[in-house]
Amino acid sequence: MKSIQNIGLVIFLIGLSLFTGTIFTGSFHLSPSALDAFIIEKDYQNEIIETELTKAIVTDDPLTIFEFSHRVRHAYEVANTHYDSLISQYDAEKNWDKKGEQYPYKIYGKPHTLSFDLAKIAGKGYVKAHAGLMWMLTFGLGILGSLLFILPNLILLGKAGIKNDGIYLKASTNRGWIAWLVLIYLVSFYLLLYFMPDYVVNWTFIVDPISLFLNGGPASQWFVYGFLYCTIMVVMALRMYIKYRGNKYQVMRTTSVLFFQIVFAFLIPEIMTSLNMPGYDFKNAFPLDYDFFFDWNLDDLRNSGSIGLFILIWGIVLTLVIVPVMVYFFGKRWYCSWVCGCGGLAETLGDPYRQHSDKSLQAWKLERWLIHSVLIFSLVMTLVTLYCYFTGSPSFLGIHSQWIKDSYSFLIGAWFAGVIGTGFYPIFGNRVWCRFGCPLAAYMGIVQRFKSRFRITTNGGQCISCGNCSTYCEQGIDVRAYAQKGENIVRSSCVGCGICSAVCPRGVLKLENGPEKGRINPTDILLGNNIDLIQLVNKREK
Amino acid sequence: MSALSKNSRMKHIVIIGNGISGVTAARHIRKNSKNQITLVSGETPYFFSRTALMYVYMGHMEFKHTQPYENWFWAKNKIDLKQGFVNRIDTDNNCIIFEDNTSISYDQLVIASGSKINKFGWPGQDSKGVMGLYRKQDLEQLEQFAPNNQVCKRAVIVGGGLIGIELAEMLRSRNIPVTFLVREKSFWKEVLPDQESEMINRHIREHHVDLRLSTQLREIKTDASGQVISVIIEETGEEIFCDVVGLTAGVSPNIDFVKNSNIVTGRGIKVNRFLETNIANIYAIGDCAEQQEPMGERKAIEAVWYTGRMMGETLAQTICNHRTAYHPGHWFNSAKFFDIEYQTYGWVWAKPKENEARFYWEHKNGKMCIHLNYDKNTHTFIGINNFGMRMRHAFFDKVLTKKKSVAYVLARLSDANFDPEFYKKYALEIVSKFNQENNTSIQLKKKSWKRIFSEA
Repeated sequence: MKSIQNIGLVIFLIGLSLFTGTIFTGSFHLSPSALDAFIIEKDYQNEIIETELTKAIVTDDPLTIFEFSHRVRHAYEVANTHYDSLISQYDAEKNWDKKGEQYPYKIYGKPHTLSFDLAKIAGKGYVKAHAGLMWMLTFGLGILGSLLFILPNLILLGKAGIKNDGIYLKASTNRGWIAWLVLIYLVSFYLLLYFMPDYVVNWTFIVDPISLFLNGGPASQWFVYGFLYCTIMVVMALRMYIKYRGNKYQVMRTTSVLFFQIVFAFLIPEIMTSLNMPGYDFKNAFPLDYDFFFDWNLDDLRNSGSIGLFILIWGIVLTLVIVPVMVYFFGKRWYCSWVCGCGGLAETLGDPYRQHSDKSLQAWKLERWLIHSVLIFSLVMTLVTLYCYFTGSPSFLGIHSQWIKDSYSFLIGAWFAGVIGTGFYPIFGNRVWCRFGCPLAAYMGIVQRFKSRFRITTNGGQCISCGNCSTYCEQGIDVRAYAQKGENIVRSSCVGCGICSAVCPRGVLKLENGPEKGRINPTDILLGNNIDLIQLVNKREK
Repeated sequence: MSALSKNSRMKHIVIIGNGISGVTAARHIRKNSKNQITLVSGETPYFFSRTALMYVYMGHMEFKHTQPYENWFWAKNKIDLKQGFVNRIDTDNNCIIFEDNTSISYDQLVIASGSKINKFGWPGQDSKGVMGLYRKQDLEQLEQFAPNNQVCKRAVIVGGGLIGIELAEMLRSRNIPVTFLVREKSFWKEVLPDQESEMINRHIREHHVDLRLSTQLREIKTDASGQVISVIIEETGEEIFCDVVGLTAGVSPNIDFVKNSNIVTGRGIKVNRFLETNIANIYAIGDCAEQQEPMGERKAIEAVWYTGRMMGETLAQTICNHRTAYHPGHWFNSAKFFDIEYQTYGWVWAKPKENEARFYWEHKNGKMCIHLNYDKNTHTFIGINNFGMRMRHAFFDKVLTKKKSVAYVLARLSDANFDPEFYKKYALEIVSKFNQENNTSIQLKKKSWKRIFSEA
């Protein structure tokens, strides 16, 4: 059994290495006609870009993606510099008309995005030519290896029960060298995905056939991400099923997040795209879905007929009605650990790292400042965006609409939710984003704290302060601090994953939806001790 | 005189022992007064949960996770910590003297020094590789002598109680072969009824532990360096080779440093219902306290986490000038045997008493059961053991206080259940078995939040 696992690990690492290695393969260059077609499609006014790009990438040399990217970005820069210098020249001359005329000639967007778009049509090589085979050698081997590693645990882990033996004794789960390597890999992955997608254009070639089948178009880096996301969740969900097979709550919850990820986040949007509808994730609620009210999205929805209108209304109702009502009845867990995609990855890929959330009071303070700041940030951004959208003004309250959208997308959307949120799993735990950053979680947290039927009930005086609950709380809640006082746990950050209840060796904790009355129960003396406190208080007052 | 002015004269309260009893007392004294508090411990600078030591060895947690309060907590709450072992108590001069001959004087002294493991004079019982599982130092020893199954090729555990089975679970988590010697003819026989005890016997064996029932230790053999090499079985003379011996045959009060003082001791430190010793300003709580008069069905010494905490809560009231008798409510307890959780509310003795009737239900998987104890004549509910199933403490506390009948309990089993959501419920099966055996027609009620939170 153990040797099957080792073989699995080797196969997985081969798959991962090949997947990573594909980045360095292929050759990239364009024919003059292909470039022409591209420029026409993009409708560039810029008169220099064509010459520059021709110089750069219309060649017979087999360029690597890195050289290709470098040349495209150089062309981009040269093309824009020309007009930038004209702009500053007219600016100095106070020739405002001439200055204004220059802007349409500039090329907007990120240089790496231009490079990605070009590389997508310029790429040739083994990966692109043998996408099916490459899929087997990367995704295929990765899945096979993982399964060989995970499935034997059905026997190796023994009978159903709590399977946390050795977690703090292994380099992979104890912030050891393996954990750091995983962190470096994940962080690099996100940096490439968000900021240098052209470098990983070969990955899109591997899944092009799948993308073509689902939505009729070639794969973008986001398709790669979505497909990888689903694949990882499926494989790691199998791990969850085996690890927590004695716990029906965990099994059902895992099934639920898996369903919503695959069907709602992945398949439905892809199919909608293939039907020429806006690809929309119906469960992704604003403000987590922070660009819902961005002008391009609103325009897109307005131009999509009745389905666009429906999505617009659904999105608003989801955030304003469905989310708070569901939180009232079930707590924010209905979203965070049953539906959400971020939560879904955290509860599958992230489960081995859940113990690393910081439980200190300091961290709790930081959490409250940070998460509510992000909520305010997202709301201010949306307010500015909507005001500008309807009035046509470029700014509101002195805040430039494009600037605040770009800042949010960069800082929160890319860095916080992606690079830090997932990349740091192995060191800071699996819910960094959900705990410190997610504006939707902040919103639901306020509802959960003040107006909800959800609580974790503490079972009278049964707590022995062992600390398993706190250790395995992915949200960094010091569960024990409440349990050992006989108090129910009513915390805005609780995502209701149910692991505290699972790992408790004394049957102390139970996630429940009950009457609001008695939900918060400060206790002085725990159940089981018959000190008459009323009498005491009376005595003191005498 | 108002409470405030009463408390305004600062007393120096010294507490020996930073376990659950001492720490609870300290916390509640701080809540209710401005007294100076010094918490003394030789074992560790900060409070940790003794019951969680096993999880550190098993790799579920690090030692720091067993500490319920962050290190700044003590200074913030003005609870002074003093690390050192107390050598003796000078009751005439109101001071305690440490092993290094330094001393601290007190106005009131609380002794909460806990337990030490029982050793019954076995030859070789102090050898290298022989240890209990009680103190932090025991954990460190275990890590040294049983880091893996290369260094420790087999371990023998002596004593069939809660600590013994925990030690077995710990060693099994590192795949160390374990032989478990139990003196009685079944596991934890003096506490558990036959059925439950037998269930746990099976479960222990299922975890590949070599369980030897009705088996006692004769002696522990060592090599020239004083390291354990084997144990000899009393009954058969069989020699079992091993590298570690775990002594888990119960605990007794840790009071050697009290013995040469004027404080009256028996097996533990003798206290009255107010947890006062024979010396006016000295109190004892927790495992080391022995009640002069037994309280109801309770033992004079109760080495249990919960009772230690309750004594701490109670004594704090007395020290803060509200003299309060120790008055524990209905008995409850819990444990976990490998994968099987156990809770009990009220009394379920190993053998039924004359007036008692029993009802037992076991799931066909053999890992889940409940055992009800009730009065044969009045049908008043007396207690429940539940294994592999969780029950609501508040429910049973109310039922016991209001002296409800066993039928009342059975009809409301769905209210009582505390298993996680979506777990399969067995209440219906249990009630119908009871009806069948007793020719009754109890109807199971649907779970009701209203009942759970109001009546019972």
